[in-house]
Amino acid sequence: MFKLGAFFAGLGFAAAVLWGIWNYEGLAYPDAVKQLHAKPKEVVFANDGAFGSYDLAQLQRGFAVYKGVCSSCHSMKLVSFNAMRDLGYSEAQVKALAKTYDVASIDDKGEPTTRKGLPSDNFPGPYANDEAARAANNGALPPDMSLLASAREEGPRYIYSLITGYAANNTAHYKQLDETTDSSGHKTKLEKLVKYETPDGKYYNPYFSNLNISMPPPLAADGLVDYTDGTKATREQMAKDVSAFLTWTSEPKLEARKRMGTNVLAFLAVLIVLTYLSKRKIWANIK
Amino acid sequence: MAMDWMVDYQPKSGISKWIDQRLPLPRLVYNTLGGYPTPKNLNYFWNFGSLAGMFLVIQIVTGIVLAMHYSANTLVAFNSVEHIMRDVNYGWLIRYLHMNGASFFFVVVYIHIFRGLYYGSYKEPREMLWILGVVIMLLMMATAFMGYVLKWGQMSFWGAKVITGLFSAIPLIGTSIQTLLVGGPVPDNYTLNRFFSLHYLLPFVIVGVVILHIWALHIPGSNNPLGIDVKGPQDTVSFHPYYTIKDLFGVCVALFIFCIFVFFTPDLLGDPDNSIMANPMATPAHIKPEWYFWPFYGILRAFTFDFFGIPAKLWGVLAMFSSILLLFVLPWLDNSPVRSANFRPIYRQMFIVFVIDILVLGWCGGSPAAEPYVIISRFATAYYFIHFLVLVPIVARLETPVSLPKSIGTPVLNYGNLQPAE
Repeated sequence: MFKLGAFFAGLGFAAAVLWGIWNYEGLAYPDAVKQLHAKPKEVVFANDGAFGSYDLAQLQRGFAVYKGVCSSCHSMKLVSFNAMRDLGYSEAQVKALAKTYDVASIDDKGEPTTRKGLPSDNFPGPYANDEAARAANNGALPPDMSLLASAREEGPRYIYSLITGYAANNTAHYKQLDETTDSSGHKTKLEKLVKYETPDGKYYNPYFSNLNISMPPPLAADGLVDYTDGTKATREQMAKDVSAFLTWTSEPKLEARKRMGTNVLAFLAVLIVLTYLSKRKIWANIK
Repeated sequence: MAMDWMVDYQPKSGISKWIDQRLPLPRLVYNTLGGYPTPKNLNYFWNFGSLAGMFLVIQIVTGIVLAMHYSANTLVAFNSVEHIMRDVNYGWLIRYLHMNGASFFFVVVYIHIFRGLYYGSYKEPREMLWILGVVIMLLMMATAFMGYVLKWGQMSFWGAKVITGLFSAIPLIGTSIQTLLVGGPVPDNYTLNRFFSLHYLLPFVIVGVVILHIWALHIPGSNNPLGIDVKGPQDTVSFHPYYTIKDLFGVCVALFIFCIFVFFTPDLLGDPDNSIMANPMATPAHIKPEWYFWPFYGILRAFTFDFFGIPAKLWGVLAMFSSILLLFVLPWLDNSPVRSANFRPIYRQMFIVFVIDILVLGWCGGSPAAEPYVIISRFATAYYFIHFLVLVPIVARLETPVSLPKSIGTPVLNYGNLQPAE
């Protein structure tokens, strides 16, 4: 009786789920976004791989790009000035850097005011709040950059591709399926090439999730940032440096993590051998 | 203890006799770990029970430390996790251990369950052991779901919204259950607070059920790859040192694989969207739970049409819960007296198809809700229920098993020099 109930319950679930198969509509014809969206470009970073570590000179250049270009719209609220010492800056340099920023504060009469930044402060954002940010950016909210590299699939490669991947508006084409019915009722399906229309106020970027990004090309020309280490500030170089820098803001402990990991795995490898040999010896007399 | 030849705890010194008469705790520990007679033919699939225990301990220890630095308030929860990652000494290590520990806990528990399904460990006389195991799995799922919400990232919020929203599909009482679970109309601070409270409580409930699970194991004793009963002391070895060392070896191998994830690719099993703070105004493109829920999520989403007067959403919810709850009655669905699938040719084939079916369901559950994934998940879901509710009971009746060995010791003794053949 119990099994009979189970039998019918099983068939019931199977029937209910298979019912939808009659209404199978087939694979949808890929839309414009599916056709035009591009996978991030292949770029190699110094911190890739099991033993990769950050290139400090590159992180410093990347910070210069952030400070000179990105920071006019994007905040970096989770990163403190003190953390910049990981990039090779001295205590005095960090103190001086913090001083160049004004941080919101309250004066001794209780009125809102600003004070010079301290190393223990986090980087202040360019806007007082999200509403101010939207108002200044045509309704779009520039995301906080602290975790940007973690918050996107293939983070640093995505950021690099996005910055360097702008294309002129309304130059992209995609295929559209047209169904026409002639006088005898005969249907013909025809693929035709259509121009992709980018909405006004948006920029065409195949690496962006919906192809239409509100941010104008941020690195429009070479030499936007003055590099002090002699590296030529080409657009590709700046894009690569800032992507590396944003990997660091997302993962400031990456180097310590990999270093400890190597030691832990070496230790465990020895332990595996020792426990295996002990196990063999203990089990030797069991047939 | 069912095995009457087992050597019971013998207190030797005066002080151990004194303690044994007042609080026989050393006796309990000895009988559980030391003298427990264990079949000597267990393979490495029997390591996964102790591994599950290890990951439970890792989760509790790292979780307690994380709770010292975490703040369960929607305004600061996300940033308090980042504070752990950036400012707390070795906070990144503790959090990555906890995050990946959850995934590995499910990996070893799923393998542990599949081992039980293959070798018939759920069958008489181990039904209670199996039922307690299913209870542990349900508690783990609830704990993991609530823990994922605590980070208060985008996927935390939207996952909580979708999963708690499922309860509203239940007629009459559904909305009340949903309100009780969420604490209000939509996930917010009250949700985060109760989830944090429960996420701290449930692991200790799991510890309690694990103790019952081990107790229920020691009454009939362990199953084994042959699935036949232990006939006497010649079939067993004492748990210590034979299985303590074997389990220790397994622990080292599991930790090695675990540490590859923790130290070299800690975000692989996570979702990038959860690195964005929860925003009730912006829905992520693809809402999906963590990988260990994908097969069940695949079942849920396979139902997209009303059928027999029952709405599609209710079918999905019923099917998803049934897919787990039916494990409770599995010992009574499978009447075959043979436990190990090694001696059940048809069930063995079915088992392989079933494992593939689960993997397909998981793949569909983790993919966008579009074709061809939906139609594939429909067939996979249908097979899931037909496997357990139709094929298992029928095959148990019709199948002719391969002849079983006489005892665990027999095949071994035949090759030994100690006993003449026949």
